[in-house]
This record gives sequence, C-alpha cells and structure tokens, in this order.
Amino acid sequence: MNATTPHRIVVKDLNFYYGKFRALKDINLDIADKKVTAFIGPSGCGKSTLLRTFNRMYQLYPNQTATGSIMLDGDNILDRNQDLNKLRAKVGMVFQKPTPFPMSIYDNIAFGVKLYHNLSRNDMDERVEWALKKAALWVEVKDKLKQSGMGLSGGQQQRLCIARAIAVKPQVLLLDEPTSALDPISTAHIEKLIDELKEDFTIVIVTHNMQQAARVSDYTAYMYMGDLVEFGETSSVFTNPKRKETEDYITGRFG
Amino acid sequence: MLNLYTKRRLTNAIGLSISVAAMAFGLFWLCWILWTLLDHGLPAMTPAVFAKMTPPPGSSGGLLNAIYGSIAMTMGGTLIGTPIGIMAGTYLAEFGQRGWLSPLTRFINDILLSAPSIVIGLFIYEIYVVRLKHFSGWAGTLALAIIVIPIVIRTTENMLRLVPSSLREAAAALGAPQWKIINFVTLRAARAGIITGVMLAIARISGETAPLLFTALNNQFWNKDMSQPMANLPVVIFQFAMSPYEDWQKLAWAGALLITFSVLTLNILARTLFRQGNSTH
Repeated sequence: MNATTPHRIVVKDLNFYYGKFRALKDINLDIADKKVTAFIGPSGCGKSTLLRTFNRMYQLYPNQTATGSIMLDGDNILDRNQDLNKLRAKVGMVFQKPTPFPMSIYDNIAFGVKLYHNLSRNDMDERVEWALKKAALWVEVKDKLKQSGMGLSGGQQQRLCIARAIAVKPQVLLLDEPTSALDPISTAHIEKLIDELKEDFTIVIVTHNMQQAARVSDYTAYMYMGDLVEFGETSSVFTNPKRKETEDYITGRFG
Repeated sequence: MLNLYTKRRLTNAIGLSISVAAMAFGLFWLCWILWTLLDHGLPAMTPAVFAKMTPPPGSSGGLLNAIYGSIAMTMGGTLIGTPIGIMAGTYLAEFGQRGWLSPLTRFINDILLSAPSIVIGLFIYEIYVVRLKHFSGWAGTLALAIIVIPIVIRTTENMLRLVPSSLREAAAALGAPQWKIINFVTLRAARAGIITGVMLAIARISGETAPLLFTALNNQFWNKDMSQPMANLPVVIFQFAMSPYEDWQKLAWAGALLITFSVLTLNILARTLFRQGNSTH
C-alpha cells in the first residue's frame, strides 16, 4: 500500500469471538481515506464480522467480544468508554437487505439527522434534499417525500438507506453486501453511486461478487477462515495475487 | 410422464376438495349462527332497546343500561389492559434475550392466557368484591383488564419478533438509542399486528359473561357510577335468555345481535382505518 495515502481506520491485532469461537484472527489492516476498500472471501470467512466491528454493531448481541484496537480519529473504537452514538455518527452503515423504516421517505432521512442536530424546518428540508441527491434518488422521489419508504422498489429502497446513512454526514460508510438483493440495473446504479460517494466518504464494502470488488474498489482484502490472507491495491490483488489461496479464489477454483 | 402429471393433478384435486370442504363446513356453522341471530334478533331490535332500561318480567323495556355498562367496562378494561400488555410484550421481545425474568413472565403469561375466565372472575370477587362487600363496575373492569393483558402481551411480543432484526440494526447503526429504536421503528413496524391483538382482546371481553357475573353482577336501573353494581349485555343475555318470559328472551336476542355486530363493525373499522393509514403514510 502506498505510504503517502492517509489512513482513516487503522486495525491492529484485532481478534473477534462469538462466545468461544474465534472468528477473526490477529487482523492488521489500514483503511485508506476517501477510497473504496473491498472485503472478499467465501461465506463465513469473517468479512462481515470485520465490517461490523467498525461501528461496534456486534454490541447489540450478547457473547460477542473483540480485542485489539481499531483507531479512528485517534480514538480506539473498541474502547469501553467509546460513546456508541458518537461513533455511529462518524461511521454509517448500509445492509444487505434494504431496511427502510416504516415511515415516510422524508422521515426516514430526518430520523438519523434528528439524533444529532436540531435543524429548523428549512435546514432539514435542505439536508434531506442534499442526501437524496447524493444518493441519486432525488429525481425519483421528490414529488412523494410524504409517502412511505416501504412503497419504493428494492433498488430505490437501498439508495434511500444510503441517503439515510450519509445524511448524518459520517466519515466512513460501511456497505455490507449492498447489492446482493438487487437486480443488475439497480446494482449498476449503486456501483456508480459508490464511485461518486468516495469523493466525500471513506467506503468499506463487503461483497460476494468479485467482479464488483474489481469494479468499485481501490483496495481489496481477501479473507479466509478468519484470517486476512492478502491485502493490497485492487489492481494488483486481482491481476497479480501474491498468495496461492487468493489466486484460487479469484479465478474461481475455490469458494 | 403423463402418468406423473395425472397423478399430480389428482392429488391436487383431492387436496383442494378437502380444503374447500373444511372451509364450507366451518362457514356452514358460522352462517347458521349468524342467521339464527339475525332471525331472532332483528325483530327484537326496536328503538326501545336503545331508549329504555331492562324491564321487570312481563313488561316491555330496553337494554340501555346494559349497553352503557358493557361499553364502559369494555373500554375501561381495554384502557387498563392495553398499555400494560403492550409494555410487557415489548419488554419480552426487545429486552428478553437475557436473564430469567422474561422466560418466567412468558410462562406465567401463557398460563394466564389459557386460564378459564370464571377463575379470573372468582379471583376479583375474592380480592375486591368480598373486601368492599358489594359488586361494582370497577370490579368488572378489573376482571376484563386481566383478560386483556395476556392477549395483548402475546400478540405484541409475537408481532415484534416478526420485525426483522436488520431493521433494529439499521436504526442502531445510525446511532439511535434503544428507546428510540423501539418507539419509532420496531413498534411502528409491528403496529398493524399489535392493533389486531387489541381488537381480538376487545372482541373477547365484550362477550365474556363469567368474570362479570362475580364482579359487576347486574343492575336493573340506569347507573353511571362505576362503584355500584353495573348492568352489562352478557349477564343480561344470560339472565334473560334462561328466563321463561318472552319479552326477556327477545331482549336477549337483541343483545346478542348487538354484541356480535359491534365487534364486527369495530374490526372492519380498524382494518379499513389502518389500511388507509398505511397507504398514505
């Protein structure tokens, strides 16, 4: 990795346990600022688990623990004293299945913003418009902001979720297989969006689709059985993998 | 090949016939009940039913005091039972993964859910009526509330569990505290089911006789005071239907028809209101 690229997230000696099961093994990894980093690997390799440590999503469930350190802005995310709400204001997340809240399109976006800012009606309108434009959804929904977010198509719902995540202006955007439930056209929309969003946000994406990783990411991490097998610039990981396992996976001989 | 497809078609036809027959069997009794109810109840439905009090045997009268009493106690029972039920159900679904309190609560709730309503009537009789030495509308309300609570707890918990955890995660990922996730996201997502549960509970208590027999008893006169014995439709129906007086029997039919159709109207209303609310929201 290029030494001059500033790092947004620095992962050191990260171990993760589901109860006694060790799901991540001594992960060391730097996430470059305002770039797209992709995690690839077969199911159960720990790529989603790794992603979910970046906003401490695992905290919702009992018996899940992480050791090591994940530095963001000079703070250790894993620190017990880390304020989860502040952390999640900085680190947004979009999930595999679109998860619009059961409220209007407008309120879906305002929900997150209201948690951190007390905006006037006008400022909130502007923020909602800004987020929807960023997520390339504004044109499609501008006349039905008061309608339920559940009434949108799957691809639109996913872009609504992206708009909702960026509306709170995070530094990092975590995407957990954001297109695996979408059709090819919606997928193309989202991939184009990711390309535009990396101007403002650091993006980490988990994907099952290797072509997708190759298309959208600047850096790629290949994981297997909780180990980080190979990590580097996407072009070199895909064209000239250093490890045999990576090559086998990428060429489809395995996984 | 043909054989396989013929066999499938045959199996399908048999399965379908059995299902249709089962449905027809159920509908048959339902229609018969409704028909009998309409046949006897409609002629008894006179303006006097809504204008006069329950009469002594042999004279004409209405059901006004019983209608008022039923509405008051059903509403009271629902108003007391629903918040408790929703909150307890929310606790079980949203906080109940750890500890011993929630499995215990769930177990006791299941027992309460299947407890015969006469037992609940006797319980209130013992702890309330006996101590105050008289029957009252409040006692009836309490007994009905105790029937409402487990129904609402059960449906609330079930409906909240149907809300995908990804929705909770999505709200948590935005940094929402748990009380906001529950109030603004999960409870909202489960709203339709929870309302259905409350409706079920109302339908259930509006026909309950046994718990009122020991608590509110009955009252021949107009009474708005909840601390006095109170007339109510189920007990009046029970008393009048068993009597040898034709006037009373007629009024019992009218009362039965009233209960059935008010529950039906309530359900239809809730469904249509909710459907509209859902599409415009």
